[in-house]
Amino acid sequence: MRNTWILAKRELSGYFATPVAYVFLVFYLLLMGLLTFYLAGYYERGVADLQPFFALHPWLYLFLIPALSMRLWAEERKSGTIELLMTLPVSLTEAVGGKFLAAWLFSGIALALTFPMWLTVNFLGQPDNGVILASYIGSFLLAGGYLALGSFLSAVTKNQVIAFVLTFVAGLLLVLAGTPLVLEPARAFTSDFIVDSLRSFSFLTHMNSIGSGVIQVTSLAFFASLIIASLAACVVTLDLKKAS
Amino acid sequence: MIEIQNLTKEFGPLRVVDSITFTVKKGEVLGFLGPNGAGKSTTMKMITGFLAPTEGTARICGHDVEQEPMAAKKKLGYLPEGAPAYTDMTPAAFLDFIADIRGLTGATKAARLAAVVKQVHLDQVLHQPIETLSKGFKRRVGLAQAILHDPLVLVLDEPTDGLDPNQKFEVRQLIRSMAQNKAIVLSTHILEEVEAVCTRAIIIAKGKVLFDGTPESLAARGPLDEVFRKITTGDRVAAN
Repeated sequence: MRNTWILAKRELSGYFATPVAYVFLVFYLLLMGLLTFYLAGYYERGVADLQPFFALHPWLYLFLIPALSMRLWAEERKSGTIELLMTLPVSLTEAVGGKFLAAWLFSGIALALTFPMWLTVNFLGQPDNGVILASYIGSFLLAGGYLALGSFLSAVTKNQVIAFVLTFVAGLLLVLAGTPLVLEPARAFTSDFIVDSLRSFSFLTHMNSIGSGVIQVTSLAFFASLIIASLAACVVTLDLKKAS
Repeated sequence: MIEIQNLTKEFGPLRVVDSITFTVKKGEVLGFLGPNGAGKSTTMKMITGFLAPTEGTARICGHDVEQEPMAAKKKLGYLPEGAPAYTDMTPAAFLDFIADIRGLTGATKAARLAAVVKQVHLDQVLHQPIETLSKGFKRRVGLAQAILHDPLVLVLDEPTDGLDPNQKFEVRQLIRSMAQNKAIVLSTHILEEVEAVCTRAIIIAKGKVLFDGTPESLAARGPLDEVFRKITTGDRVAAN
């Protein structure tokens, strides 16, 4: 646990040692703000809630999370620092956990910096702050699940661009699995069981249910198992490929 | 303190390291010589536990690096080939991180950091990002990282590569000064280095040990360059 935290701390300070963190944060906040007001029609709806804001998150994460996760292991393998890391008295699990934790905390910082949205909506009306809190937690869980997946895919390759594309595609599949685009054809050709399974694997399904103010056990279990399975796959992949 | 038994590594059909056996005792500085691609780095990667051997075992202070990796890694300082480091960090932050991971705390940590910075002369670049440093300084950061916890076993992959003659001299002096209570393995393809710092030399080519003896016995065979060429291109020479 101690090692995991030391590694997370180093990784996180690495973000802020270069412009990466600041560029990411500015881009993230600009995009979140602009799209909420212009694309999602936040004012025009005339309802005091953050639903249009949170509805954007799964889509924005498709670009932002791979940008964050692509370097996690690909860079470590490319620059050879993985050899240093793996010969320090640190287990592979601690290393994978530490780097993931740093990325997740960073995405949490970015998410927390959207607090002016919350201030705005409370200034304009009387929103259900319980729903907003649940949605924030949901968005944070989504970021965690997607980052874990991204960290696994970043371990697969030394090339950060490939890691980005792989993570983007995997994320896109997981988002689209809950849309009519996938569900309607699936319903026509397969059983209800498959359709329900597909739906339950979708980021959108879980985000929608959390967006109604209820964090269901199934959603928690979904994100927790996504994180654990992805990180386990990351450990196995690194063990096999660390030296290649 | 280092025991290597029949260490073998195959990459697919390629046998990069072929059943190497040797031990290094406390106070010994073993020079690992060989042409490029001889298997020096691969052997070192197996000694340090980064690569799993296809066959054979490596032990550090009695701990098998495959069976008890944590115990082995704690006793070990390693400078990997090319001295990789987190280049966006400063040497100060980087060494601080290594100290934390090595479990150094409080006054011990401060004392070790100060001592190592002095030993490898890093004081003037301590707060500059590593990526902006010259090759020589980068190598010294890697060296500092390896000796920070004052390990019993030191494995150095080309520690003087990229250094100017003065820096080479200093690093060799440093290695000699640490040699008394450590077992040190270093790889090099600079023959004079073996004479300058090593108490023993092993020459490998195509993954096999071709010579194992003192630098003096190597030098007794004639000019080093010629002996090296003869050994690595010709037949096996009986060890003394």
